[in-house]
Amino acid sequence: MVHMANQIALFFASYPRDEAVAGVTDHFQKFWEPRMRKQIIEYVAHGGGGLHELALEAVKHLQ
Amino acid sequence: MALIREVDYGTPKRISERAVTLEIDGKPVTVPAGTSLMRAAAEAGVQIPKLCASDNLEPFGSCRLCLVEIEGRRGTPASCTTPAEAGMKVRTNSPKLAKLRRGVMELYASDFPPDALNASVGVNSEFREMAVAVGLGEVRYGLAGRNHLNSEKDESNPYFTFDPAKCIVCSRCVRACDEVQGTFALTIDGRGFVSHVSAGDKPFIESECVSCGACVQACPTNSLLEKTVIEKGQPDRSVVTTCAYCGVGCSFKVELSGDEVVRMMPFKDGKANHGHSCVKGRFAWGYATHKDRITKPMVRAKITDPWREVSWEEAIGHAASEFKRIQAKYGRDSIGGITSSRCTDEETYLVQKMIRAAFGNNNTDTCARVCHSPTGYGLKTTFGTSAGTQDFDSVEAADAIMIIGANPTDAHPVFASQMKRRLREGARLIIVDPRRIDLVKSPHVKADYHLPLLPGTNVAMINALAHVVVTEGLVDEAYVKERCDVAAFEQWRKFVAEERNSPEATEAFTGVPAADVRGAARLYATGGNGAIYYGLGVTEHSQGSTMVMGMANLAMATGNIGKKGVGISPLRGQNNVQGSCDMGSFPHEYPGYRHVSETAVRESFERAWKVHLQSEPGLRIPNMIDAAIDGTFKGIYIQGEDIVQSDPNTQHISAGLTAMECVVVQDLFLNETASYAHVFLPGSSFLEKDGTFINAERRIGRVRKAVPPMAGKADWEVTVALSNALGYPMHYNHPSEIMDEIARLTPTFAGVSYEKLERLGSLQWPCNDKAPEGTPVMHIGGFVRGKGRFMITEFVPTDERTTGRFPLILTTGRILSQYNVGAQTRRTANNVWHDMDVLEIHPSDAENRGIKEGDLVSLASREGEITLPARISERMQPGVVYTTFHHAMTGANVVTTEFSDWATNCPEYKVTAVQVQLARHISEWQEHYRQTRRLTTRIEKESTAND
Repeated sequence: MVHMANQIALFFASYPRDEAVAGVTDHFQKFWEPRMRKQIIEYVAHGGGGLHELALEAVKHLQ
Repeated sequence: MALIREVDYGTPKRISERAVTLEIDGKPVTVPAGTSLMRAAAEAGVQIPKLCASDNLEPFGSCRLCLVEIEGRRGTPASCTTPAEAGMKVRTNSPKLAKLRRGVMELYASDFPPDALNASVGVNSEFREMAVAVGLGEVRYGLAGRNHLNSEKDESNPYFTFDPAKCIVCSRCVRACDEVQGTFALTIDGRGFVSHVSAGDKPFIESECVSCGACVQACPTNSLLEKTVIEKGQPDRSVVTTCAYCGVGCSFKVELSGDEVVRMMPFKDGKANHGHSCVKGRFAWGYATHKDRITKPMVRAKITDPWREVSWEEAIGHAASEFKRIQAKYGRDSIGGITSSRCTDEETYLVQKMIRAAFGNNNTDTCARVCHSPTGYGLKTTFGTSAGTQDFDSVEAADAIMIIGANPTDAHPVFASQMKRRLREGARLIIVDPRRIDLVKSPHVKADYHLPLLPGTNVAMINALAHVVVTEGLVDEAYVKERCDVAAFEQWRKFVAEERNSPEATEAFTGVPAADVRGAARLYATGGNGAIYYGLGVTEHSQGSTMVMGMANLAMATGNIGKKGVGISPLRGQNNVQGSCDMGSFPHEYPGYRHVSETAVRESFERAWKVHLQSEPGLRIPNMIDAAIDGTFKGIYIQGEDIVQSDPNTQHISAGLTAMECVVVQDLFLNETASYAHVFLPGSSFLEKDGTFINAERRIGRVRKAVPPMAGKADWEVTVALSNALGYPMHYNHPSEIMDEIARLTPTFAGVSYEKLERLGSLQWPCNDKAPEGTPVMHIGGFVRGKGRFMITEFVPTDERTTGRFPLILTTGRILSQYNVGAQTRRTANNVWHDMDVLEIHPSDAENRGIKEGDLVSLASREGEITLPARISERMQPGVVYTTFHHAMTGANVVTTEFSDWATNCPEYKVTAVQVQLARHISEWQEHYRQTRRLTTRIEKESTAND
C-alpha cells in the first residue's frame, strides 16, 4: 500500500505542489476502495513512515 | 442459413477520380479508371470464367480462361490483365471464346484426377465449376501420357493437405502468401512440365509457412484443402460471426454440416480482416468440442474434495446462498466478481450489473486489469476517451509507422499483414522493442530504426523522442495552438526540453545509441502521417500509464491525431478487451467510462436498474486478492478468466483464493483457477451464443450462435440465473435486449442495435445521433475532452532491480500459435508448433552459464522458481531473457512480481529480475503443481444430476 501510494506521488511530483497534492488526493478518491483509504489513513495516523511527502499530505485531505 | 458464397470480382477494386464508361455484352458499364475488364464485367453482373484470378490478388493472366473479344482489336486478351478503357466494346461470350475456353479446360483436365471433376464425388471446387461453366465434355487426351497424378501429397501440416495431383500451377497460393499474408513462404519451382508449388523445397510444416490459410482459401482446385473438409465433406450452411481470439476481431463464416463445424472461413466483408485470417482463428477451433469441456455444473464443499456433478438449479442455488451467507457474516463488500474479455459485451455488462445491483457493491474488475488498463487511464487523461484513435484501415495512409512494445506478426497477425502491405508500398518503420521481433527484418520489410531499449525504460525513450521534436523545432505549433491546452503544452515542452531527457542523457538508461533515437524522432515527426501502434510492452510496466500519456504527448506535439493515417492505436490482446472495458467492468466506472461518483450518471443507472448503487470505487483484482489474504474478502464470481495462470505471482493469487469461502468459476474447462473453486458453472464457446465483441478499433461485431450450447445455457443466461437466485431479478429473452439496455444507458452506444448491426455489418463507437453509422477515426476537429492535454511524464525507474543474485531481466509475452493462457489453443493441433514454453536467452548469457540449446534451466526470481527448456536466440539482447505463459505446467507467473503500474495496478510482467542456471530436475513448484492439480480436478461421476 505504501509502495502504491508512493508511486502515485512520484507521478504527480513533477507538478506544482498544490496541483500535485490535488492530483494524488483525487487519485486516492477515484481509484482506491474505501477500505484501502481507511487503511492508509490509519497508517498515517500511526506515523506514516516511508510515505512520500505528497502522499502524506494527500492522505490528510482524505480525512 | 445456406452456405454463403461471396462474389469474387476477379481483380481488386481500383480507386480513381476518373471514371470510364464502356460496353460489356451490350450493357453500358462505368468503373474507375484502372479497373480490369474482368472486374467491370463482374460489377455489371457478368461472370467471366477464370481460374488464376481472385479479387484479393493482383491480376496474373496465366490461366487463359478469362479471354474476351474487344471490338476493333485483334486477338483474345485476358480480361483480368486488360484495363477498361472509355468506349471499349467487349464481348465475353462467343463461339470462338467458348471453344478456346473448352480447349484450355480440356488441357488442364488432361492432367487432373477424374474423380475431382465428378460432381457426385467429394468436395466442390472452382475448377469443377469452371469445367461446367465452359461446357467441358470429353477429355480427348486421356491420362496415358506424362502426368502428375501420382505425386506425393504433403500432409505435414496438421490443418491442410497439399495434393500436387490437383495443382494447375496457377500461382494463386503463392500470390496469396505474398500479397495477402506477406510471408513469401511459397514459390513456383522448376519450369514447364516440372514446375510445381514449393514451400522452399521443404514439407509445409518445416517451411516458413505460418498456416494462415490464405493459400488454402485461394486454391481453385482443392489441391490445398482443409483436412476437416476432407474428413467431414462439403459444409451445407454458414453462420457469420466474430473470431474469439485476438483483438483484431476477424469476421468468419462458420461453415457447418448440420450442427458440426466443418471449417472457419474468413469473411470477405469483415471490415477488420477483409477476408484474411491467421492460424488461430482459421484452424484452432477444435477446442470447442474438446473432451475436456465441462458440460455439467459442479459443486464441492472444500477444494480438496472431488467435484460433484449437480443440476443447474442446485449449482446456481448453492452459489447464491453462499454469497448471501458470506455477505451476512462479513459484510456487503466481502464479495465481488471478474468479467471476461473473452465473453461478449452483453455478458460482461450483465456481470458488472449483477455485482453492482445484486451484490450491492462495485467490486467488479476484468482481465484488462492485467493488460490494457493503462491504455484506458492514459488516453482518457490526454484525449478524453479510453480507446484507440483509428480504424485498422488507417494504416493504409500511414507514412511513418512506429511500433512500440508489440509484436503484431505473432499477436495480431491479420493486422500485421495489412501493415506489411503498407510497408511494402513504402511506408517507413520504427520499432521500439527490447527483442528483435520479426518485423525488424523479414521478407520485403526492414525497419528503418530498431531501438532495442532495456526493459523498463520506455518512458525515458518516449521523453527522448519528444526532446528531439521539441528542441529541433519539429513541433506542429499550429496544431498544438488550435487543438491542445496550451498551458499544459508549455509546461510539458519545458520539461522534455531539459537536457536530462535528451537521447544522449537517456542512453545511459535505455542502452540505445542517441543518434538512432534522434533519427527515429525526426522520421516520425517529419515523415508524413505518423502512426503509433503499441502493445503490452507499453502497458505492463510500473510506468505503463505514464508511457501511454508519453505517446499521446508525442502524437499531439507532431499533429498526428485526428485524421486517417495517424493516431495512437493499442493492439488489444484478447477478443473483447475493448468491450469488457467499455461495458463498465472496472470498479470505478459504469459503461461508457463514467465514474461511479458522478451523481447524474449513477442516478440514471439507479432508475433503470431500480436499485440503490454505491458511489465509491470497488476493489481491483489485486486488491481483492490482498483483501482476501487480510480476511475481509471472502467470495468471488469469475466468468471466463484464469487468474491463477495469467496474473502475476501465482503463489499470492493461490493464497488469496484459498483464503476465500466461496469461489465460483464459469469456464469452458477446469482451468487453473478452478482448482481453488467451490462451484463450477460450465461456460459456452463463442460458437454457442449470440452477442457482440468489440475489437481494438472500437468495432462492434456480431457473434452469432452456430450450434447449441453444450451445457444447455449461454454464459449470459447463467448470470441471469445467478442474479435471480440472489434476489435481484433479471429478464432478457435475447442478448439484443441487453444491447438495447446498454444503448439506452450509454451515450457512446446510443445508436447501436442488433438491427443496425445486421444492416451495416459492424459499427465503431461512438455511435449515436452525431455519428449514426459509427466513428472510424476519433478526435477529428477536436478532442473528446475538448483540448488535448499534455502530461508531464517523468521517468521513474522500476523498483524491480537486477542484482548480482538476479542479474538478468525476464520479459514475458506471446507467440503466434498459442493464445493467452492456452486454454483454447493447447487443446488444438497448434501444439505442433509450441508444445511447451521455452526460455529464450542470448548466446553470450547462455555460454556464460554453460547452457546449450534444449537444456533444462531454472528461472528464479525473488518470488519463485520454475524450470523450462532453453532456446538460444539472438533475438534477445544480452542480459534479457524471454518466455511465454501459455502452458500451465510451466508456471511463468510463479516468477513474476506484484510490482504494477502506478495508476492502474496493471502488473509489470515485462520486468522481472531473474537468474538462469542449468537444472537437473523440475522445480519444487512444478512438482507440487503436478501433484495438487490431479487432486483438485477429480470429478465424481456417479451423480444423478440432470440439466
